Amino acid sequence: MNAPDHPARAPTWWDEFTHAGSDNVGFSSRVGDGTLYVENISVSFDGFRALNELTLYIERGELRCIIGPNGAGKSTMMDVITGKTRPDSGRAWFGPQLNLLKMSEPDIAEAGIGRKFQKPTVFEQLPVATNLELAMRAAKGVWHSLRARLDSATLDRIAETLALVGLTAQREQRAGALSHGQKQWLEIGMLLMQEPQLLLIDEPVAGMTHQETERTAELLVALAGQRSVVVVEHDMEFVRSIARTVTVLHEGHVLAEGSMHDVQNDARVREVYLGA
Amino acid sequence: MRALHAPHPDRYVYGILLLLVVLVPTLNLGVSESSALHVSTYTVTLLGKYLCYALLALSVDLVWGFGGILSLGHGAFFALGGYAMGMYLMRQIGARGVYGNAELPDFMVFLNWQELPLAWWGFASFPYAMAMVMLVPGVLAGVFGYFAFRSRVTGVYLSIITQALTYALLLAFFRNEMGFGGNNGLTDFKDILGFELAASTTRIALFVASVLALALAYGGCRALVNSKFGRVLVAVRDAESRARFIGYKVEHYKLWVFSASAVLAGIAGALYVPQVGIINPGEFSPLNSIELVIWVAVGGRGTLYGALLGAFVVNFAKTWFTGALPELWLFVLGAMFVLVTLLIPRGIAGYLGKEKST
Repeated sequence: MNAPDHPARAPTWWDEFTHAGSDNVGFSSRVGDGTLYVENISVSFDGFRALNELTLYIERGELRCIIGPNGAGKSTMMDVITGKTRPDSGRAWFGPQLNLLKMSEPDIAEAGIGRKFQKPTVFEQLPVATNLELAMRAAKGVWHSLRARLDSATLDRIAETLALVGLTAQREQRAGALSHGQKQWLEIGMLLMQEPQLLLIDEPVAGMTHQETERTAELLVALAGQRSVVVVEHDMEFVRSIARTVTVLHEGHVLAEGSMHDVQNDARVREVYLGA
Repeated sequence: MRALHAPHPDRYVYGILLLLVVLVPTLNLGVSESSALHVSTYTVTLLGKYLCYALLALSVDLVWGFGGILSLGHGAFFALGGYAMGMYLMRQIGARGVYGNAELPDFMVFLNWQELPLAWWGFASFPYAMAMVMLVPGVLAGVFGYFAFRSRVTGVYLSIITQALTYALLLAFFRNEMGFGGNNGLTDFKDILGFELAASTTRIALFVASVLALALAYGGCRALVNSKFGRVLVAVRDAESRARFIGYKVEHYKLWVFSASAVLAGIAGALYVPQVGIINPGEFSPLNSIELVIWVAVGGRGTLYGALLGAFVVNFAKTWFTGALPELWLFVLGAMFVLVTLLIPRGIAGYLGKEKST
C-alpha cells in the first residue's frame, strides 16, 4: 500500500482522521505502511501510571531499540499498540488511516503489526511447521479455516521460514519440545510468516546463546529497511550491536532519544538507568 | 503424527461400531431367546443408552479437549435435546392419554390448561421437533457463548457460569408453569413415527440410529479437528493471546465450536429419551454435567476416541456398581477421577496409545 510520506514529527493530518473511524474495508486494504504514531498516551493501573504522556514515532523501515529499567512502561506500550490495553488518553495510529485504539488485537495483527512476547509463546502441542502455518498471513476467519488446504505455496513458505530460523530438522517436532532459544526462533519465524509491516519484539535474545544472539542481530538488521522493527531489550551489548536510534523510557515517558552514543552520554539517562 | 506400524485408533472406533450395528440386531432379532447367544432387548437398550452417552462425551471432548473450554453445563444441552424429542413423543400419544385429550398432554389437562402453550406448537411434526432438537441447544449455546466469550470469560469462571446455566434450567424446568411437566417431566410415551416404542424392532431401530449418529458425529468431529479450524482451536487452547496476536478472532472460534458441540449434545439427548422412556428436570442436574466431564477425563481428552472409551468404561462401571454395591458408586466415581488425574493425566487413551494427543 502506498501511503504518502508524512513528516513523522508533525502529523497535521491527525484530527481529520480522528473521527473517520476505522471501519473494515477488507482484508488487504487495511494494512498499515509501517509508520507508527504514538502520541501522549497515558495508562494507569489502580493509580499507578504505567505510561505518562508517552510520545513515540517510528518511521517506515526503521530499527528502533527501546530500553529502560523495569517498570518503565515498555510492555505496557506494546500492549497499547497491539490492542491489549486501552489507554486512558492519547492517540495511536498505524500509518495515516488506522486508528489502533479502535481496533481489536486480531484486526491490528491483520493490519500488519506482529508481536513477539518476552516469554516465548508458541503453540506447544502443535508441530513446529503447524505453528508457522497458523501464523501465515491469510484470511483467518472461521469459514476460511474450515476450508483451508495446505497448498504448495504455503508449504514452500513454511520450508523457507524453517530454513531461515534454523528449525528445518525440527519441522514435525512438537513446539513444546524445543529448547528455549529454539522457541524464541520459532516465534520470530511465526512473526515473519505474518509478513508484518511493523514488528514489536520483546527481549528477543533472552536465553539465547552467544551465537544465536548474533544471528538474531543479523536477522533483525536485515529485516529493518523493508519493515519497521521495534526491539525492547535489556542486553546492552545486543542493543549496541544493532541500534541506530535508541529510545530510553523512564516512568512511562521518553527520557531520551538518539544514537546509542548520545544516549549513553546523557546525564539523566546515566542517572536513572545506567546507574552511574 | 501417528506411528506407521499401528492402525489409527479411528479404525477401531469404526470397526467396533460396525460390529455393534451388525451383531446386536442379528443376535437380538435373529437368535431365539433360549439361545446363549441371544442379546436381550434390555441389553440393546442399555447399549443404546451408552451410545448416547458416548455421543455426549464426544461433544464435550470437542469443546474441552480441543477448544480448552471446560463446560460444566453440557448436560443442559443434552437435556434440551431430550425435551424437544420428549415433546414430540408426548404429542404422539394423542387421545391415548389417561384423560383422553387429543390436543393436550395429560399433565396439562391435570393443571386445567385449556390450550397448548406456544412453546409446544409444531411439536406434533417430527421434522419440526428434530429441527428443535438441534436449534434449541445450538442457539442457547450461541447466545450464552456470545456474551461469555465476548467478555473473555475463561477458565474456571466460564466453568462456573456454565454450571449456573444448567442449574438455572433445572430450577426452571421443575416449575409446572413452565409447561414442560414440572418435576415429573415427560413420560408414558407410546410410539415414535407410528412405531410402538416398546417393540423390540423399534428398540433395534433406535439402537441403529444411535450407532449411525455416533459414527457420523465422530467422522465429522475428526474432520473438524484435522482441519485448519481444529489446529486453530488447539492453538487457542494452548496460547490464547498468541492466537489473538497472529490475527485469529478467538471469540468466533470458541463460539462456533461451543455451539456445534451443543448441537451434538442435543442430538444425543434426543436419541436417549425414546430409549429410556422419560425425560425430567433431573437431567439438568449439575452433577450430570460434572459426571460427563469425568467420562472424558477418564477416557482421555483431546483424542475423540478417548471420550467414547471413557463414556463406555465409566457407565459400564456405573451400571455394575449401582446394581451390586449402590452405596459405593459415588466413591468409586470420585476415586476413578482422582486416580486418573494423578496417575494417567491423559486418560486411558493417553495411557494406551503412545499417540501424541493434540
